[in-house]
Amino acid sequence: MNEHTFKRFEEELHELKAKVLAMGGLVEKATKRSMNSLIKQDANRAHKVIERDHAINALEVEIDDMTRTILALRQPAASDLRFIMTTIKVVTDLERMGDLAESIATHMLQTEDNPLTQVSSLQTLSDLVLAQLTEALDAFAKGDLEAAMECIEGDKKIDDLYSSMQREYLTYMMEDPRQITAGLIATNIGRNLERIGDHAVNIAQMVVYMVKGKEVRHVDVETAAALISGNPEEEV
Amino acid sequence: MNSETIENTISIRNLKLWYDDFEALHGIDLDIQKGKVTAFIGPSGCGKSTFLRCLNRMNDRIPACRVEGEILLNGQDIYAPAVDVVQLRSYVGMVFQKPNPFPKSIYENIAYAPRIHGIVKDGPEMDELVETALKRASIWDEVKDKLQQPGTALSGGQQQRLCIARTIAVRPKVILMDEPCSALDPIATAKIEELMDELKEEFTIVIVTHNMQQAARVSDYTAYFYLGDLIEFNDTHTIFTAPANQKTEDYITGRFG
Repeated sequence: MNEHTFKRFEEELHELKAKVLAMGGLVEKATKRSMNSLIKQDANRAHKVIERDHAINALEVEIDDMTRTILALRQPAASDLRFIMTTIKVVTDLERMGDLAESIATHMLQTEDNPLTQVSSLQTLSDLVLAQLTEALDAFAKGDLEAAMECIEGDKKIDDLYSSMQREYLTYMMEDPRQITAGLIATNIGRNLERIGDHAVNIAQMVVYMVKGKEVRHVDVETAAALISGNPEEEV
Repeated sequence: MNSETIENTISIRNLKLWYDDFEALHGIDLDIQKGKVTAFIGPSGCGKSTFLRCLNRMNDRIPACRVEGEILLNGQDIYAPAVDVVQLRSYVGMVFQKPNPFPKSIYENIAYAPRIHGIVKDGPEMDELVETALKRASIWDEVKDKLQQPGTALSGGQQQRLCIARTIAVRPKVILMDEPCSALDPIATAKIEELMDELKEEFTIVIVTHNMQQAARVSDYTAYFYLGDLIEFNDTHTIFTAPANQKTEDYITGRFG
């Protein structure tokens, strides 16, 4: 794509994108660190996640201010408008993900030495969710439609794993009622991860809108794929 | 969009225009819908004003100008030899960039054309027509106590609304507007834009504007012209949120040249 005739506007758009990606990086780190605090039973890591959530929140406010300024002063249209819209939505998702990572860290601190958090399916879930988040952020960074679609399609795996994990925890709790508190907390952690995955999908869906101008929220994966591949526009 | 079944639509088919040897329009096809505002946008020299002026044969006055193709107004070719151009221009009125009231009274500005077209005779009927036209153009309250004062004594925005009143006094089907707000301040501009929104109930409006935000605000359909070609035509919402053509995209977002 050509550069903007108005250079300053071009710079502002680049700055904005860089900020969103920096925020995404912080969220990735927070999610990874919160899970490592569990796996390695390291309270220090959990404290770090909680302490540093404010940096994510601060970026949300800063990015909102940047988008507000661009909307008021530049009246973006077409792909610029879609980029700004996407940014506004993505930032909200990222902030929520940061909160969910913080919540995982808090759960870890509530029950150190919770053996149920060492269950392998929780770790697999965490790996899947992190991969989804990375894919969504990559898709946003590059405007990559394929990566966005892979992320949208990948959510089913997470949902399936999450429900089988719930059943697994239920069995542990039924076997030994003394494990109920630990089981509930581990289930909560799983749910936090699953929701981080949902937010990653939200981001991927907005990337589709940003790139194609097609709305794929609240439709099933097949419909989304059809909407994207259906390409009625032709060069005149 | 089936042009044949929609009344009062202008249908343009393969319109080409030359100034001497220079081909300024390269075969334009476009349907203009009744009761809607259609905006033409594009950089200077893209042919949008030239194209607009074809719609009521204003280019006839330029000797070097030659037109090929068809422009159908209600199914009638406006370039057919039998067409009375004066009559045509009463069907397809025009409002210009700079307000150009006649050097006559406000009343006479409105009454002049209906009188020569024989629409009504002077007297109470004419008084009523003048009042109605001025009301439709949202300027009646500002001028009703000074109808005998010269139209040129009004402010720029009032003059432009007077010109719109003058245009609608002959009961046209279509109003062409060539940059109607470019000489006006934002408040006067807002009044004209508001007026366009009201007038489209009764008239088909075609506007040429350099102000893309204005096109976005007032029009239902937008056509993007570049170097004598119609690059993209679609509903305004689509043009400004997700245009199909990269050239349109570049122009809309300000990535031009």
